[in-house]
Amino acid sequence: MNESRIERSVTIVVLALGTVAALFPIAMIIASAFLSDNPNESGIVWTNFATAWDQGHFSTYMRSSVIVTVSVVILATALSCLLGYAFGTMRFRGSSVLFYVLLLGLMVPNEAIVVPLYYQLQELGQTNTYQALIFPQVAQSLAFGTFWMRAYFRGTSRELVEAARLDGAGHFRVLWSVLLPMGRPAIITMVVLFSMWTWNEFLLPLVMIPSNEDLRTAPLGLTFFSGQYTGSPSLLAAAALIVALPMLVIYLIAQRHFIRGMTEGAVKG
Amino acid sequence: MTSDSTASVAAGGAPKEAQPRPGARRRHGPPGEPRAIAYLYILPGFVVLTLFLLAPLAYAVWLSLFEWDGLSPGTWVGLQNYVDVLTDPTLRAPFLHALVLVVFFSLIPVVLGLLAASLLMRSTVRGRGIFQAVVFVPQVIALTVVAVAWKRILAPDGPLNDVLRAIGLDGLARGWLGDPDTALVAIGIVGTWLGAGLCTVLFLAGLSRMPRSVYDAARLDGVGFFRETFVISLPSLRNELAVALTLTMVAALRTFDLVYLMTSGGPGGATAVPAYEVYMKSMRQGEVGTGVTIALILAAFIMLLTVLVNRIPEREER
Repeated sequence: MNESRIERSVTIVVLALGTVAALFPIAMIIASAFLSDNPNESGIVWTNFATAWDQGHFSTYMRSSVIVTVSVVILATALSCLLGYAFGTMRFRGSSVLFYVLLLGLMVPNEAIVVPLYYQLQELGQTNTYQALIFPQVAQSLAFGTFWMRAYFRGTSRELVEAARLDGAGHFRVLWSVLLPMGRPAIITMVVLFSMWTWNEFLLPLVMIPSNEDLRTAPLGLTFFSGQYTGSPSLLAAAALIVALPMLVIYLIAQRHFIRGMTEGAVKG
Repeated sequence: MTSDSTASVAAGGAPKEAQPRPGARRRHGPPGEPRAIAYLYILPGFVVLTLFLLAPLAYAVWLSLFEWDGLSPGTWVGLQNYVDVLTDPTLRAPFLHALVLVVFFSLIPVVLGLLAASLLMRSTVRGRGIFQAVVFVPQVIALTVVAVAWKRILAPDGPLNDVLRAIGLDGLARGWLGDPDTALVAIGIVGTWLGAGLCTVLFLAGLSRMPRSVYDAARLDGVGFFRETFVISLPSLRNELAVALTLTMVAALRTFDLVYLMTSGGPGGATAVPAYEVYMKSMRQGEVGTGVTIALILAAFIMLLTVLVNRIPEREER
């Protein structure tokens, strides 16, 4: 089909505008992270990152973020696979009621539970700990993970599973050696989503870590940094880049795969 | 594989286990058989879910019936907190602000995404893959970082005002976040920036399932762009529309990071949103009961919207 020249130009303009609009704020941050705050100093400045890293205690914050994110992703992925396997391939008494409970978990925002959870954990002396950051995030991720993995397990071939069973594989072996390796694309998409949600989470660490500075996560650290360095846009930009970079890198690596998985899964699930 | 079990599969019966284990009471059915073993698989997940999601949710309901400062013993007030939140204009205002944000975070991005996606589907212009990857980037970045970037853009001496002055609209230039008239809209614009790419990506994926011949035929019949968008693209995007609306509306209603970092609810409460009030009331102002009540009403609101929006797709499957 021929497209009219006008329409083709409009399309190109939309593509260009969309790209610029999506990238401008990020490009601006990158640009100013490499400039000096002193207008007389020109050229690329690398020291902003080192200064922000040191003065902002980002080695501590990043370590804390990595510990929390890795723990959440491992726990949430493992539990989601187990849950999804059970809900996707087995029939058992109460499965529909339990599934509705999970549905509830998918719809309850963490704003609703973070405050009562804080007071519960405070009573047990568990605020200002890693577990206070890890387990609530796992619980928040499980509902989605179960839906996601259940959809995957439902789509797997029954013949294959039955063949494995005939060869004497137990149900756990079917899960571990047959279905999970085949489900790598679905699992990777889920892992990328879990990583982003956990890394970027802000309210939970804000509430759960009222006083232990060593456990602050990177996004939380950034807000304290921005409060202290309002007069230094370049340092703030460098700090913001430090916080954003790990997820940008993960996204770039997983991007092709991830967008496909997400759009397919979102619609299927 | 024994011929015996192969036969039973062929006959449509449940396959027998090749090597029955000693002590196994019954044959080992394949997944799908009614088996108590399923509980073993769901147990760890449900323990975490119960302790860290369901229990706090139940505790929230309990706390919402008290007036409590977080320290001293609370006072039972029954449903008074709910009455307060629903009738007190200063407590109700955050919910109205959230509805304004729904327009910017959700409705505008959905329309923009729809237009962009159907324009791209009609076109043979290359680079759609790269465009998809790029417009999704805002979703990947922590909102704290987004706030840092946009605070700069919207500042009195920021790029937005530079552009306005450059094109002669000096009168419009202002401190967008510091002006009570524009602060909420300014946060809304950030939401549009966040959501438009997501919607475009979802809709592009949905439309690419459509056979190209449908568009070609429409073109032959002289159907214009807008009619094509709303008559051909939109109806075939029911599922994607439900997903996009759910994700963006929930994001709008839950907005916290942006407000906390960009305006602190100000100026003069102009950008106070429910999630921000939950935090301020419960953790800062010693009104835990009120804060938790706002949180529960917000949660109910989100659940209601999610259920309603997900009725859009016709349930042809299952």
